[in-house]
Amino acid sequence: MQFLSGISLGQFIPGESLLHRLDPRCKITATFILLSGLFMASKIPDFAFWGIFLLSLSAMSGIPLGIILRSARPVLFLVAFTAALNAFWTPGREVFRAGFLSVTIEGLVMAFEMGMRLVFLVMFASMLMMTTSPMAFSDGLERLLSPLAKVGFPASEMAVMMTIALRFIPTLFEETDRILKAQISRGADFESGGLLKRARSFIPVLIPLFILVFQRAENLAVAMESRCYVPGMPRTRLNPLVWTKNDTGAILGLLAFISAVILFDRFALKSFIIL
Amino acid sequence: MSVVIEHLSYTYNSGTPAMAVALKDVSVSVERGEWVSIVGHTGSGKSTLAQHMNALLIPQFGRAVIDGVEVKAKLKGLRELRRKVGLVFQYPEQQFFAETAREEIAFAPSNWGVSGGELDKCVMDAVISVGLKPELLDSNPFSLSGGQQRRVALASVIAAKPDYLVLDEPTAGLDATGIRELIQLLSKLKKDGLAVVQVTHDLQSALDHSDSLLVMENGVGVTLGRPEEVAEYLLKKPVQGLVIPPLVQFCAGLRERGIKLPLTSGMDVILKKIEERTGLSGAFERRNGTGGVLGGELNRCSF
Repeated sequence: MQFLSGISLGQFIPGESLLHRLDPRCKITATFILLSGLFMASKIPDFAFWGIFLLSLSAMSGIPLGIILRSARPVLFLVAFTAALNAFWTPGREVFRAGFLSVTIEGLVMAFEMGMRLVFLVMFASMLMMTTSPMAFSDGLERLLSPLAKVGFPASEMAVMMTIALRFIPTLFEETDRILKAQISRGADFESGGLLKRARSFIPVLIPLFILVFQRAENLAVAMESRCYVPGMPRTRLNPLVWTKNDTGAILGLLAFISAVILFDRFALKSFIIL
Repeated sequence: MSVVIEHLSYTYNSGTPAMAVALKDVSVSVERGEWVSIVGHTGSGKSTLAQHMNALLIPQFGRAVIDGVEVKAKLKGLRELRRKVGLVFQYPEQQFFAETAREEIAFAPSNWGVSGGELDKCVMDAVISVGLKPELLDSNPFSLSGGQQRRVALASVIAAKPDYLVLDEPTAGLDATGIRELIQLLSKLKKDGLAVVQVTHDLQSALDHSDSLLVMENGVGVTLGRPEEVAEYLLKKPVQGLVIPPLVQFCAGLRERGIKLPLTSGMDVILKKIEERTGLSGAFERRNGTGGVLGGELNRCSF
């Protein structure tokens, strides 16, 4: 049995596709535009457009649709919870009633819209992380936030912190997996007993993990210092970010698409009489 | 009584982009009182194989049978199997969590329900068997030296009284003295009737101490046999990332020049053969019991 799966939420999947090669600044900006658009147009028919858009992103990035869909799995509980809340607590025409709970047509529509909105939000955000390496991502974010440095916002420090955090997620997963296995080999039992006993049984995993994390942090600090890292000092780059025509094109194309969807949502849908 | 691995295949993260084939159709077996080494370079699948031997990983294809019980995901007695086969991970001292060495060593047996005086006896037996000073038992395991930490880690597995001991790179990070002592310790455990499975990339050490060796390359068992057979095989068909040890190369060189001897011969056998052949009896006599450097000694005599 594998105790922890190697794939975590929105892990980078290396590739050479058009989406992979876009400038990270372009992709971060585009994701924000896309998510704003998603919130402005999220009636049931709108999701046809978002669905088609997701399919084309999948085709353009070479990332199989199944993996993109799977990226929404961690939020499914949240989706179900929000959907249930909306279904039961929206006033309107009643479909059926179970005790004091009444389900309305408006509630069902709302539940579907809220749920789909969340799922698409996570999938679009995962697309960004799956096609952008952690290094490129934090580089891009640093550049986007650099105007804020003038008012004292620690943009570059934040980018470094984020790079380190992202870089160590898989490493910590591996370490945890190894320590878990080692303690299971020594007869540790994480599955039986009451809540308190189970919580206690994780002490032999958490302590070694903490020790390893501190050791790694110390080694990393020494390594960075020995390469003259000074927080906030301007640094040159081996691969400076280059904004190309493709990036401008991508942003313009996206804006056009989103405007179209919003126009559809505001005007075309009005002429339909839904329900 | 044995641990038998038959036609085992294992793939990590199958069906995702991080998919990695770790084992392809590997077979090996070990009996009590036997020392088997699994040799290969980094990423050859050695560790994955080791984790199948104590039912940490469940075979995806093929079988793993421990003392006649086949390992299956739904098997009730998986924990009992893990007690029979002790697994010592690479850098086992990284799993320390207790405040004293005693607590650390008592962890495994107490997990299997041993308590009271019996638990104390398990701890003491393990401590004696790994050659740790009993007065160190109440010290903080993190304050011990590297070699002592390794002993505590080993004792913490042996304390559960396993019948088989699987060690993943047990000598990694130890100095020459530490390695020698650890190998002596494992030989002693083997003599006491334990099975020893050593995962290593040190071919010389594996050839010296094992009853049989499995050589792995990219998840495939390349050859399995007695040390002499494996050495012969590797000489004919080199395996990526495994360097033929100097002594084996030397034996092969002598053989090319007409001196017949097994490839895994020790220094004494080699020197005796050369003496016989050259008629220079006593040419390589050890001086002052220290034993000279082979190269230096050879320069001294003319063939």
